[in-house]
Amino acid sequence: MYKLEKCNVLVVDDEPGMTLGVQKVLRNFSVAIDDNKTNVNYEVDAVLNEKDFYKALNEKNYDLILLDYKLPNITGLELLEYIINNKKNTLVIMITAYATFETAVQSTKMGAYDFLAKPFSPEELRNSVKKATTHLVLARQAREYEDEKRKIRFQFISVLSHELKAPLNAIEGYINILNKRYNNISEEDYNNMLNRTQIRIEGMRKLIFDLLDLTRIESGEKKRNLESIDLIEVVKSSIELFSPDALQRNIDVDLLNDNPIIITGDKSELEIIFNNLISNAIKYNVDSGKVRVKIKEYEEKINILVADSGIGISKEDQHRLFQEFVRIKNEKTYHILGSGLGLSTLKKIVSLYNGKVRLRSRYERGSTFLISIKKSLSL
Amino acid sequence: MHKNKTILIVDDDIDYLIQQKAILESKGFNVITAQGVNRAREVLKKDCFDLAVVDLMMENMDSGFVLSYELKKIAPTKPVIMVTAVTSQTGFEFDSVTESEKKWIKADAIFTKPIRAEQLIKEINRLLITNV
Repeated sequence: MYKLEKCNVLVVDDEPGMTLGVQKVLRNFSVAIDDNKTNVNYEVDAVLNEKDFYKALNEKNYDLILLDYKLPNITGLELLEYIINNKKNTLVIMITAYATFETAVQSTKMGAYDFLAKPFSPEELRNSVKKATTHLVLARQAREYEDEKRKIRFQFISVLSHELKAPLNAIEGYINILNKRYNNISEEDYNNMLNRTQIRIEGMRKLIFDLLDLTRIESGEKKRNLESIDLIEVVKSSIELFSPDALQRNIDVDLLNDNPIIITGDKSELEIIFNNLISNAIKYNVDSGKVRVKIKEYEEKINILVADSGIGISKEDQHRLFQEFVRIKNEKTYHILGSGLGLSTLKKIVSLYNGKVRLRSRYERGSTFLISIKKSLSL
Repeated sequence: MHKNKTILIVDDDIDYLIQQKAILESKGFNVITAQGVNRAREVLKKDCFDLAVVDLMMENMDSGFVLSYELKKIAPTKPVIMVTAVTSQTGFEFDSVTESEKKWIKADAIFTKPIRAEQLIKEINRLLITNV
């Protein structure tokens, strides 16, 4: 978070009495920025003419400049123009003895932040400086936040492009080989390559769908369609959806309770939660393994428990698990396809229900995901 | 050409393994593949190959280094080709590997993915000749 502890001020005025006065007033002055929990103090330099003005600006970065409208041989407006064009991080307060409405409008139009009319009281000076400082800190804070957001977005897109390129490279590789018709490719190898090509295409499609889910939730643009939903129905259809995968590997998926549990929620969001949990519990299971699903209703919350007898997640890997594009790479997961987006999307949805996701897992023993969501949504 | 020599390819990417295997076999090599470091270690014990092509980043950033170090300890004369994804993808400076680092990276050649098949085969042949 951006913090300003010392605000560097430059006073540009041809009257030495004026510059000394400003220095005196600001010497023991400090401004508390509430949002930012900082106290800003002031260090004030002064210059009396144009030459020293440029010298000072070259030597130091000023946060705030108090600029006299009328200087010998040059007008304050020319210097103002220079500051606006060259020092984007500096705010200017114009000072003048000839306070007219027009000069005020003119300098503000050119980019001055505020305007002080001579003679001004110490209180007026402090008020103006305080206003400018607060503006400065909040603007820089907002910029820093924007930069951070841009950086995260850039990282996300870099990783995403990599994730999209990987299957394309694999598919291209297979096509090249099949195209060259190497003389000794057996029919088995040939079929295997076609099969892998299809798997990678499927994986890419899944990634794109997961990405759409994630952006829909993150953008908040999709209107949430809140209605009364029976969670048990959602779980049942999710189990049904993945039953071919479970059957193929002889994995037993059990729902331990089946009385209706009604919640106010968005059906598609809840489907994403259960589809992620159940498909993970099957994918990362061992052959002939078990998946247990239990939903427990309390007065104010609902606990969802999905436990598998699968390969488990080591302690070190558990920390990273909910980050975007993180997939745990080891011998047991090499053959499992996934976008690395499922759990980070799930976590975002759960937070929309004021809920929490917890994980208990032991490597090679299995994982249990416990999701606790509030029944009544504060909307 | 060194037909009938056996090449071990170690990578965590199953598709890369399948493809390299097909290409090298079409050039007359025997190929063993190992997905990941642990499978590769099992192959090392059996000592049934003449040259290894090892991916750098598998389970860890430096899995390939560790594996080729182990390999060179068992069979110092067996050539190892280290393969890595391009720098921009890994943030790992590879072009700037110095001579002293190369000694530490126990590999006889370093390639950047994507690798052209002809290039890899040429290098395999070169290393197998010097190793006769």
